[in-house]
Amino acid sequence: MLSRVAERLYWSARYLERVENTARLVSVYDDLLFDLPKDIEVSWFNLIEILSNEDAFEQRYKVKDERNVVKFLLADDTNSSSILSSLKMVRENIRTTRDVVPKETWELINELDLYAQQNIKQGINRSERHLFLNTIIEGCQKIIGLFAGTKSRDAGWHFLIMGRYLERADMGTRILDAAVALMLQSKPETRIQLGQVTWSKVLKSQSAYLDYRRTVRSSINGAKAATFLMNDPCFPRTLAYCLGQITESAAQLPRADSIRAKVDKILEFNYPLVSSEDLNDNFHNHINELQIAIIEIHHQITENWFHFRQGDAA
Amino acid sequence: MDKLTSHYQSSMFFDELIDEKGVARAPAKQLLGYLDSLSEEELEKRRITAEATIQEMGISFTVYTGEGNIDRAWPFDIIPRTIEAADWKIAEAGLKQRLKALNLFINDLYHDQNVIKDGIIPEHIIKDSKNFRPECVGITPAYGVWAHICGTDLVRDENGDFFVLEDNLRVPSGVSYMLENRAITKRVLPELFENESILPINSYTSQLFDTLAALSPRDIENPEIVVLTPGIYNSAYFEHAFLAQQMGAELVEGSDLFVDSDDCVYMKTIDGPERVDVIYRRIDDLFIDPEAFDPESVLGVAGLMRAWRKGNVALANAPGAGVADDKVVYAYVPAIIRYYLDEEPILNNVETFLCDDPEQRAYVLENLDKLVVKPANESGGYGMLVGPHSTKKEQALFAELITKNPRNYIAQPTLKLSTAPTLISKGVLEPRHLDLRPFILQAKDTYVTTGGLTRVAMKKGSLVVNSSQGGGSKDTWIVETKGQ
Repeated sequence: MLSRVAERLYWSARYLERVENTARLVSVYDDLLFDLPKDIEVSWFNLIEILSNEDAFEQRYKVKDERNVVKFLLADDTNSSSILSSLKMVRENIRTTRDVVPKETWELINELDLYAQQNIKQGINRSERHLFLNTIIEGCQKIIGLFAGTKSRDAGWHFLIMGRYLERADMGTRILDAAVALMLQSKPETRIQLGQVTWSKVLKSQSAYLDYRRTVRSSINGAKAATFLMNDPCFPRTLAYCLGQITESAAQLPRADSIRAKVDKILEFNYPLVSSEDLNDNFHNHINELQIAIIEIHHQITENWFHFRQGDAA
Repeated sequence: MDKLTSHYQSSMFFDELIDEKGVARAPAKQLLGYLDSLSEEELEKRRITAEATIQEMGISFTVYTGEGNIDRAWPFDIIPRTIEAADWKIAEAGLKQRLKALNLFINDLYHDQNVIKDGIIPEHIIKDSKNFRPECVGITPAYGVWAHICGTDLVRDENGDFFVLEDNLRVPSGVSYMLENRAITKRVLPELFENESILPINSYTSQLFDTLAALSPRDIENPEIVVLTPGIYNSAYFEHAFLAQQMGAELVEGSDLFVDSDDCVYMKTIDGPERVDVIYRRIDDLFIDPEAFDPESVLGVAGLMRAWRKGNVALANAPGAGVADDKVVYAYVPAIIRYYLDEEPILNNVETFLCDDPEQRAYVLENLDKLVVKPANESGGYGMLVGPHSTKKEQALFAELITKNPRNYIAQPTLKLSTAPTLISKGVLEPRHLDLRPFILQAKDTYVTTGGLTRVAMKKGSLVVNSSQGGGSKDTWIVETKGQ
């Protein structure tokens, strides 16, 4: 497989996953607002910080309110990670790799891109936001389902898998971080009440609520929910699962050892969460380190397979 | 009920489906009978199905405009064009004969140039040709074949006889649309394929694959074949991707390839470099190798000519093949066929005046309002003067251009191109002018597509069929009518 084609597949999977996770992230916040008591304040700007987008946001907007934050995340063309920008990137990457993906991929991505563009106002206004975000998530799932059902498990498949799970691991840790930040900003006396609402929303945003119930078999609290989302080996959106998928796919390709080494480094991080007290600034720093390690895996993937050096033996 | 074809005004030209008395010609009988059985609404439904199919299948082509490139849906007319199989057989033989002679001619030009020594073609015609590549002198590609893929434009005159309008030996395009037109028509008029003997066309991509594989310099079971495209912004990108996909070949851009110190071509893969045997290049000669030609080219691969000259990689079409699709050389093709094959040409040329010749030039300059003037080396219908449709000012401009550079222009009489019924609006058929581009392959064997790509001028009276200039397209049916 051509390095260029592999790279475009990898990025199309990353951007597609970014679209879905951005929709999930916004929907956690959106949902929270319905269920929280009025006296608890939620800062939408947290989302910008979590995605490390402060500079780009501040260049564009003065007021850090809900409308601007949502607009920035969903629609802004100055934000290269907004849902509309990411969809455009998926489309461009698929457009030039149409010969190696199922034929219907092109039609589905066009459909999704068109829907998002035509209904973006729904996403920005609160009243119909839920429907908009849900349709976006469903559109992404449709394409992932198409791949699952019809894409050959060749090298191209493994680049799609690595792109998807790397992005999911990255966004998953950011969503965790979003919840932690929210808790840390709240007044201590409201924390218990806020905790229950927040963590069940986080689980739901990851479609993990029922699996948590079945697997953990206890009431929802921050420490247990975070532990589940980091370590559960079976649920396909946890950090452990994502890393497992990356290693497995890398193992099917040449020069996989360097990837395995980087993944092993993350698995060695052991951060036991006993009680919700542990979800503190230290944990926030821990997540930061995880994200840096995830970025290192990305660099290794790029170096292994995309940045071709002449003279490398076949 | 009014029949669809009962109001059809067959033109003063040769109509391929309906004769001057309003009667269906033999190969069109079943088709027209069937169309007449459909109501206006039903026919409209079929047209809408075709449009939706084109959108769904993503069949598009790119138009270059002042505001950037636009990806447009493929313009398609649902009424197929029918040609009698027996007539087609003759054209097919003529096309094979023509390409065989042209390849002998090109090979001769890059070796002994006997054709010049024997006085068949004047030396300065070749010396002044923009497409003669001195870099190619002395090289003998596999089988002595230079033009492996040729798209020849045919027209039919007022008697229905075939004439060659031009040969495209550089990077002819359109074959994917020929195949897609058939796929659309099968969805739109499925009933007709059950009962009629319409000859299939779908073997083209496997024939193309075999032709390319036969060129491999390495004698191995699975030679590495790639399609080299200038990229997504090229007007024929859809076709490049289509052909690569259908052949199971890699679609590569220049930056995916490199020539190593062993003068072999490699592509950059996730497993490291992989040797490439055959390149079906869809990039013009001058851009394929910045080392040999245009140093500014970012589309090509540095060292490609070096690798090709050493015989380490096959290029289809070979660089320099374009010397034979010069429109001035065109005028000599009948003589070329006689010279190399000692046969009479089966297909005729359209009468052509060479502005290079003082007598013929004088005639052209006097009759600019009646003639079509073409530059020798352009394609896509650009830079032409269509005399009867031109203004005095345009004629004066061309008179100046011709006088300044006579070698670069030819002129032909305005052709009485044949027509076929075309759906113009709901329930209305009108005659529109057509041409036909069959594709001919030559390596070890020779192959001609069954029919080809029919292009149709959608504007009333227009003779310009190029899709970049408002032309449309139709499915082409070669129909066996034996025993009817």
